[in-house]
Amino acid sequence: MKKIRNSGRLALALGLAISTAHAAQGDAKAGAEAAGLCLACHQADGSGMNIPGGESWPRLAGLDEQYLYKQLLDVKSGTRESATMLPFVNMLSDQQLRDVSAYYSQMPATPAKGGEDASEARLAHGQKLAEQGDWDRYIVPCQSCHGPDNQGVGASFPGIAGQHANYIEDQLRNWQKGTRDNDPQHLMAAIAERLNDEDIQAVSAWLSRQPAQ
Amino acid sequence: MKNTTRFLLQGVAAAVVMTSFAARADVQKEPRFPVNNPQPVEGQYVHVPPTMEDLEKSDMHPELKRVIRRGHDLFMNTQQLRGKNVFNSMNCSSCHMGEGRLPFAGPVWPAAVVLPNYRPKNDQVNNLEERIAGCFSYSMNGKPPAWGSDDMVALTTYHQWLAKGVPIYQPGKTLYGRGYPNLPDPAQQPDYARGQQVYEENCVICHQADGAGVVKNDKVVFPAVWGDTSYNWGAGITRHFTLASFIKHNMPLGRPNSLSDQQAWDVAYYINNHERPQEPRYTGNVKETREKYLETFHVHTSYGLEHDGKLLGDHDNVGEKDFLKPDALIRRTYTAD
Repeated sequence: MKKIRNSGRLALALGLAISTAHAAQGDAKAGAEAAGLCLACHQADGSGMNIPGGESWPRLAGLDEQYLYKQLLDVKSGTRESATMLPFVNMLSDQQLRDVSAYYSQMPATPAKGGEDASEARLAHGQKLAEQGDWDRYIVPCQSCHGPDNQGVGASFPGIAGQHANYIEDQLRNWQKGTRDNDPQHLMAAIAERLNDEDIQAVSAWLSRQPAQ
Repeated sequence: MKNTTRFLLQGVAAAVVMTSFAARADVQKEPRFPVNNPQPVEGQYVHVPPTMEDLEKSDMHPELKRVIRRGHDLFMNTQQLRGKNVFNSMNCSSCHMGEGRLPFAGPVWPAAVVLPNYRPKNDQVNNLEERIAGCFSYSMNGKPPAWGSDDMVALTTYHQWLAKGVPIYQPGKTLYGRGYPNLPDPAQQPDYARGQQVYEENCVICHQADGAGVVKNDKVVFPAVWGDTSYNWGAGITRHFTLASFIKHNMPLGRPNSLSDQQAWDVAYYINNHERPQEPRYTGNVKETREKYLETFHVHTSYGLEHDGKLLGDHDNVGEKDFLKPDALIRRTYTAD
């Protein structure tokens, strides 16, 4: 009697690792030192800052290490344009980029801001987009890739629950403009371009009010 | 005359839907990543199924609404029946995308208006419950909820409500977006190595190198496309033409119609040349089983064919369940004239 071997957790973990372009091997302890450059904006606890009307600084605490590292490389290469981040990224060696990624990934997630004043109707619309999508406009639900409760899946699909609302808004608009073009297979860009202004504000506000775990 | 008006109106509705598919927010006019599903052609019946918002606004009986909601919940999260009726990582909505409403993604309202009908797959007349039982037995490698049970009634009610307003026994081939429409025959014979490359470039990020998909916190994020927790060898989607069309029109998620027809054929062939749980109609001999259901089914699958020196499906592995064929799959006999 032949049996298919049960692939289990190990295989899954391997699979996730294999699917990542860059396997970061960071040293969080060394990262704590290098992160001296980062904390003016991203804060000592990695909480970042929601800045309405300005450029918001994302919460980094608790995000996936390899996701963070790839974003830094993408800022460097220009597929994720950021005039603010570029000089700092250029100041760090490749090893330091890996180290700060490890450092922030190991911090406990902090609460987000920016969704406090959203109306109930707006939050309901945001929740619908995040959990059910709007298939008549081919907007698939956020959680179909970002995973259960939008907490993220592996290195490619970051946790977006508990991220600052204005930061999420900025990113969705950057995808629409094409200044952020670093998503695998343009899976995010395709959805972002189908969102209208109200969609963006609603989904950003709702996500910011969900706890990051 | 009445019919013509109706069709025209439906056509307008479709145009609105299709336009909204293509609509871009406020940044650029031409989408960078268009959906590109085929447009309705003259003579096709177009139906835009109601949404859950429509349900809440409607004046149907509260108990009927409650049952439809339950059907929708089972349809979207069929994993709540894992270990009872579902023995793999599939939800109804894994294949029937967009709540079973989406054209070219196996929308489920057509089943409610073309059944009961004769099905070659089991060589008898099937009603809607029996058709759904097929999904549970093959695509979900499980056993259907009992005939007439609460869950079965909830599911059929959801299907039938989605078909609201559609005349029954519409000629099946004129329904716009039904099933997964056949792609043109591939220019080149579908090829495993080319398919593997397509998989690695387009699918592996979600479905993983081992085909097992991703389960996080006991929740299925990306379903398994082969192996123990995927559909079994009797599922309709093990047919290369079905999977090729599903992929072409629905994958990668959010980017339908972005692969070429050839890529869709190749990657479907690659995926469906991997092992999966045994065909519930297995006789104990894979070649014999293939032969028995060849014309109506397996002529389109790789089941019982050799791949990499091994016969695909030559095993007794039934996946997570502890039976081969659910008792509910019955042979009907009509003895009275």
